[in-house]
Amino acid sequence: MTETGEGEVVRALLKHPFFGGFEPAFVRAVSVQGTIRPFGVDDLLAKEGTEADVFYLVLEGKIALEIGSGDRPLLTVQTVGPGEVVGWSWLVPPHRWRFDARAVKPSRVVALDGEVLRRTLAAHPAWGFQFMVRFMPVLAERLENTRVQLMNIYDR
Amino acid sequence: MIADPAPDPTSTAAAGHPLAPIPYVVRSVILETPDTTTLVIEPRATRRIPATRPGQFVMLYAFGVGESPIGVAGGNSHGQLIHTVRNAGKVTQALTRLTPGDAVGVRGPYGQGWPVAEARGKDVVIVAGGLGLPPLRQAIYELFQHREAYGRIEIIYGARTPKDLVYYDEIQTWRHRSDIRLQVTVDAAGRDWYGDVGVVTTRLPDARFEPEKTVAFVCGPEIMMKLTAQALVARGVKAESTWISMERNMKCAIGFCGHCQFGPSFICRDGPVIRYRDLEPLLGVREV
Repeated sequence: MTETGEGEVVRALLKHPFFGGFEPAFVRAVSVQGTIRPFGVDDLLAKEGTEADVFYLVLEGKIALEIGSGDRPLLTVQTVGPGEVVGWSWLVPPHRWRFDARAVKPSRVVALDGEVLRRTLAAHPAWGFQFMVRFMPVLAERLENTRVQLMNIYDR
Repeated sequence: MIADPAPDPTSTAAAGHPLAPIPYVVRSVILETPDTTTLVIEPRATRRIPATRPGQFVMLYAFGVGESPIGVAGGNSHGQLIHTVRNAGKVTQALTRLTPGDAVGVRGPYGQGWPVAEARGKDVVIVAGGLGLPPLRQAIYELFQHREAYGRIEIIYGARTPKDLVYYDEIQTWRHRSDIRLQVTVDAAGRDWYGDVGVVTTRLPDARFEPEKTVAFVCGPEIMMKLTAQALVARGVKAESTWISMERNMKCAIGFCGHCQFGPSFICRDGPVIRYRDLEPLLGVREV
């Protein structure tokens, strides 16, 4: 893991589509304790059931989101790439990862501290609202895609 | 229902009848997935069907069982044809069980194909879902053959799992081409898959093309084509420049029987490749 300066994190966030257009003051506030981390192939970014204290924004590479249970092999249900985000468990109690996240290509991500994010969003409702307006479409799109996957669209 | 003429494959008595199949012989068989097989067939004698255009289909006749409409996946000037068949019923089960040397009947080719010539000078986006890749294969190779005549070429192929991908080895060779972009995605995968996972429409934002000068060819199950066409149009591709390949219950294949009627169109004659603009109001309507 590579620790990075706050300035580098802020610059990376301002270039990331998720944070594009946000007030720089908000971006600086959520960047506190944020880092840019590289991950090699098969490195885990998140492990199901463990504490979810990070919000990832993918800069490079590809991350697989995996679910599974003890009696069956892990199943990749989605991959996300540059410009996309990983993780909502930091926002939703009990703040435990609901899936594994594994790098399937060499990857670089911004890792934002979940506690800092929650505190910032709660203390600044206007920023919090803007954040949720940006965050909900991501969740909605993933829900929509999951529904399409459930339709098994490749079966005639 | 059209009565099958049930010809003797060695007979020439039925020559010239529009519903009479021409005898071909299976040259080779490739098992693509547990239920899907690619047949390479050649004329048994000098008679052969006319040259096929990308996107057309033929009626393949499993002698003693019946015939089924199958898209043309390829062919050559010697009359060789390539068809990829999924075992989905009595006829296709018989076709997928053919072995080299077996006889098969062919009539056709039928229908309107992909507007490959019209796409010259433009960016081309090809989106295939599941067994929608075979009817696009011949068009893809025609684009490759005249690569300089087109702008960007984006190929997006989606399947349920990695085991459901057809033409796996060929796709690996496409990956090495620097003059096209290829994205392959599956709905779900195990840990041995390092590619993309997600429905085929999730790859469109990553595709590089200029929407206003793009022609799109989309082939797959109807729901997949509908969602893909909607996503392409939302991205700015014109509905009249988006083409989809419809599959209906083709029987006679020459516009007589009406089995394949879809709204005002007979898919066998007016399709299978049709502009999305013309079908958009009917897609998703139940019992059309």
